[in-house]
Amino acid sequence: MATITLDNIKKSFGKTDVIHGVSIDIEDGEFIVIVGPSGCGKSTLLRMVAGLETITGGEVQIGGTRVNETEPMDRDIAMVFQNYALYPHMSVFDNMAYGLKIAKTPKSEIAERVAVAAKMLQLEPYLTRRPRELSGGQRQRVAMGRAIVRKPKAFLFDEPLSNLDAKLRVQMRLEIKALQRELGITALYVTHDQVEAMTLADRMIVMNAGVADQIGAPLEVYANPLTEFVAGFIGSPATNFLPAAALPGTPASAARVGIRPEHAWLSTEGEARLTGTAVYSEALGAETLVHLRLPDGEMFTIRQDGARAQPAEHQTCHVAWDTDQQMEFDEAGRRI
Amino acid sequence: MPGPSHTGMVEKRGAGHWLSHAGLILGVLIIAFPIWLAFVASTVTNQEIVQPPMPLWPGDRFYENYSNALVSGINAPVARMLMNSAVMALGIALGKILISLLSAFAIVYFRFPGRRLFFWLIFLTLMLPVEVRIVPTYEVAANLNLLNSYSGLIFPLIASATATFLFRQFFMTVPDELAEAARVDGARPMRFFWDILVPMSRTNMAALFVILFIYGWNQYLWPLLITTDPSMNTIVMGIKQMFPSGDDYADWPVIMATSILAMLPPVIVVITMQKLFIRGLVDTEK
Repeated sequence: MATITLDNIKKSFGKTDVIHGVSIDIEDGEFIVIVGPSGCGKSTLLRMVAGLETITGGEVQIGGTRVNETEPMDRDIAMVFQNYALYPHMSVFDNMAYGLKIAKTPKSEIAERVAVAAKMLQLEPYLTRRPRELSGGQRQRVAMGRAIVRKPKAFLFDEPLSNLDAKLRVQMRLEIKALQRELGITALYVTHDQVEAMTLADRMIVMNAGVADQIGAPLEVYANPLTEFVAGFIGSPATNFLPAAALPGTPASAARVGIRPEHAWLSTEGEARLTGTAVYSEALGAETLVHLRLPDGEMFTIRQDGARAQPAEHQTCHVAWDTDQQMEFDEAGRRI
Repeated sequence: MPGPSHTGMVEKRGAGHWLSHAGLILGVLIIAFPIWLAFVASTVTNQEIVQPPMPLWPGDRFYENYSNALVSGINAPVARMLMNSAVMALGIALGKILISLLSAFAIVYFRFPGRRLFFWLIFLTLMLPVEVRIVPTYEVAANLNLLNSYSGLIFPLIASATATFLFRQFFMTVPDELAEAARVDGARPMRFFWDILVPMSRTNMAALFVILFIYGWNQYLWPLLITTDPSMNTIVMGIKQMFPSGDDYADWPVIMATSILAMLPPVIVVITMQKLFIRGLVDTEK
């Protein structure tokens, strides 16, 4: 258990800058999710904390000590990989015990710690099996177990759930969260899935092309995105963006305006701020997503209650929203 | 219920089926016949062999001929030559595997200056057979006082570009995450090598062992050059040394017994290892 500090971390591969300076102070026991589209540098950032990638600039501290030059094994962290990275020729027990064996932990203590972790993860019946004899979810648990038995200062997760099916992903998400709470170990978690980010994080780092666009609690990021990118990336379905010129009454400095689908509704002609043609509706049961085509050809999505009437195809629709909820961005994509 | 379609397997039940079997059996007989003759020749007296017609069925001298060959032989006891061959073949096979594993490990997992150059240099030597470099190699071995020694038999043949290449290809299929997981777990490079890479390569090692053991066992030219003392002869070249020069008569039963004995170890290796690598192929562990 420890604090982690990233101080203006930079990474370049040759002349290409991948990460342009990320800073964050992570408190002891905090669950931080790094979220962003693929190629934004989120995995690289995590791997720099792990020590698997060299740090071009800035400083990483774990528990108050600079670890830039420290080998991964000496940073006292545990990592869970996307493909689990279990040792194929070792039993579940040996997979979990390997790190402890290298650390020359007494045998009785290894057995005890693995037993505790196995119980926590419901892996007890499988301790003698090889990884290939396990299902995806069980392998995922073994990878977790391998991290737990080490009692590390921090857990690092690199998209650990992306190889699981949707149902298992939801279940493991809850388990990871519960486990991290129970153990109180600081966690850094990389994902491209904003639902995972929203549900797991105490705070999240939204990465965009090597820059941390926003760092904050999930609901705060959702309610108050600082950039156009964050507004578009966090929230599902994605925010609608309109040119400010199309909307009367927006400030002169605004270039684009974002309206979340859940904040807009089909309205009467009188209160309408926009008019479009219904293209299709996706009825999901509890809610319906109505997709409209605006006169300029852009698409606009409205999320409405599943009980409300859906517009017929090609029907002309009027859209309104509360102007308090619209988000205005300047030319550079920054929130006004 | 419709029967199986009358194509493929079913069709082969006819004349074609028997014909192809007959062809195969004939092939086996043609290949096995000389070996059978050698066996027959090793169980009769020299008199019976040199006098036509040559016998086609085993005689009653099996025990005498074989014990004669094993214990006294012609230049050196065959038991001694078998031992030399075994040391040489095992030394070459195990040594090649160990060295190739290590060099492939270096090439795949470490970034050092000239890494690609070294790989291609190793790869280039694939194109140079023993015969091409045999004179300089002999010179070096002689200067190092390796003539008539096991070291001389083994070391000049112990590097293997083929095996290095094979392990390199295998290591490249091992996911990087595995090496990273081991690093996070605290395994230093050699620990990762012994604990993870070597156990994962054991199927490849078994397959290579068979090939390399036979390669080592069948060495002819190199032992012929480097051993002058009959007690250091290997069996494959030793057979040739048993032929008399000049007018002496050849002791065919002993020579044939030696030939049969020379064939046995590779056969045993193939048969026992075959089980191991079939099992290895069935439970793939990647």
